[in-house]
Amino acid sequence: MDIIFNKVSHIYQPNTPFEFKALENVSFHIQSGSYVAIIGHTGSGKSTLIQHLNGLVKPTSGEVKIGDYVITPEKKLKDVMTLREKVGIVFQYPEHQLFEETVEKDISFGPQNFNIAQEVVQKRIPELLKAVQLPENILQRSPFDLSGGQMRRVAIAGVLVMDPKILVLDEPTAGLDPRGQKEIMDMFYRVHQEEERTTILVTHSMEDALKYADHVIIMDHGKVYMEGPPLEIFKDQEALNNVGLDIPEVIQFLNKLESKFHISIPFRGQSVEQLGKEVAEAFKRGDKSE
Amino acid sequence: MSNSFIIGQYVPGSSIVHRLDPRTKITIIFFFVIIIFFANNLLSYGVLAFFALLSMFTTKIKISYILKGLKPVWFIVIFTFILHLLVTKDGEVLFSIFSFEVYSGALYKGLEISLRFTLLILMTSLLTLTTTPISITDGVESMLNPLRKIHFPVHELALMMSISLRFIPTLMQETEKISKAQASRGVDFRTGKMKERIKAVVPLLVPLFVSAFKRAEELAMAMEARGYNGGEGRTKFRELKLQRVDAFIFIFSALILVVFFFTRV
Repeated sequence: MDIIFNKVSHIYQPNTPFEFKALENVSFHIQSGSYVAIIGHTGSGKSTLIQHLNGLVKPTSGEVKIGDYVITPEKKLKDVMTLREKVGIVFQYPEHQLFEETVEKDISFGPQNFNIAQEVVQKRIPELLKAVQLPENILQRSPFDLSGGQMRRVAIAGVLVMDPKILVLDEPTAGLDPRGQKEIMDMFYRVHQEEERTTILVTHSMEDALKYADHVIIMDHGKVYMEGPPLEIFKDQEALNNVGLDIPEVIQFLNKLESKFHISIPFRGQSVEQLGKEVAEAFKRGDKSE
Repeated sequence: MSNSFIIGQYVPGSSIVHRLDPRTKITIIFFFVIIIFFANNLLSYGVLAFFALLSMFTTKIKISYILKGLKPVWFIVIFTFILHLLVTKDGEVLFSIFSFEVYSGALYKGLEISLRFTLLILMTSLLTLTTTPISITDGVESMLNPLRKIHFPVHELALMMSISLRFIPTLMQETEKISKAQASRGVDFRTGKMKERIKAVVPLLVPLFVSAFKRAEELAMAMEARGYNGGEGRTKFRELKLQRVDAFIFIFSALILVVFFFTRV
């Protein structure tokens, strides 16, 4: 399902002293099956943007298209449940949404609402637990007895269980330890590839954007500031610095290498290990233009 | 929910009314509320309405915004008006609808009560529109201070007030966040049978309570960590001081009060 934003604006509390323009004339096109990172400062409109994706909010003007579902300001949302079944959103700190007595009940809560057969859910749960790396014996425990990291994984499983075609992640690793962050991000990437899902990742981490995304949208003050493939976006350090963002450390390192030692190694998305080798080789060759 | 707003939510500004000491505002409104029940003819209501409208204009807040804030209470005003029309049987019969006779006394009484209601709500909402919750609490604390002599826990009461006021927006945000997360998981808060809708509230309330308790615990811990031990010997960061404006407004209000008692019959 393609996602198309056409001149979307969103204003909170219009015609009051608290009026706030969260989105202004936002247009973009996200192809089905792509992995898109949305980056921007706090208050740049990212959260408002993703709430348009499953009809939690409607644009004040403009038009949002998700597959063949169209959201416009005038029309009332029809069958919004069919849309929400296809678009799964993992909100910030998703563990705050847990409420059931057992982990199993909480995971099956979403599918129940969408009338997905119990047997189907039962079949999905073991795979899911494996994907989010939780032991099976956790199913009968109360979600409130778990550690923060485990709660996060349960909540994520509660969204993945609906098998959404579009998966929206709002800073899914905020507040986790570095290892947990990597595990969760890798897991989302696997899920993305296996099922040909469209994944939209809202993040502050340039590293994650560079590592996983094939398209980056930079937001600033409710507008699309830059858009394109990550390697191209991260070439323009100045433009990013202007909106208080920075380029990934890897690229920063390569840029410094070039300015200090005149060694230029083009970045094509190599892993850190691979880059290390290339840098070592370059030094061995005495690859200096001096 | 971000589109809705609380009645009389504080609007920053620098008008005279904004700059008044909270105690001045509270005192004036306290007396206004009592005095409104002494009005007994058109002229005396006129004096009170004049005072209320004058205060409203001096706040320099958009009139449309103030009226919008009163929207939720219109229903009560109109409801009491209609109730009076149907129940009160004074004076002569004006006209009758469906064998219901409407008396002139009822019409008069209904209008009077509605006017009282509107003025009351207008004045009290002016207080909250122009005063931050924190300074209202400060004002209340300072005014209740004499009660300390009879061991009334004034400081604790004020603290409870400011903490609850402080956390209203936080809880509203939290509610919105959780309801959106659950709506994304297919909970339908808006349609369905009554029973289903009540059931839909559970996934909202449980997380809300959990986080509220957690937050309370964290707050208590943070306060203790910073050595909080009640109001004894505690100095204030924001000290209230009566200014010349306060004196001026007090005198002006007293004058209005005198005029008011002359207009009564």
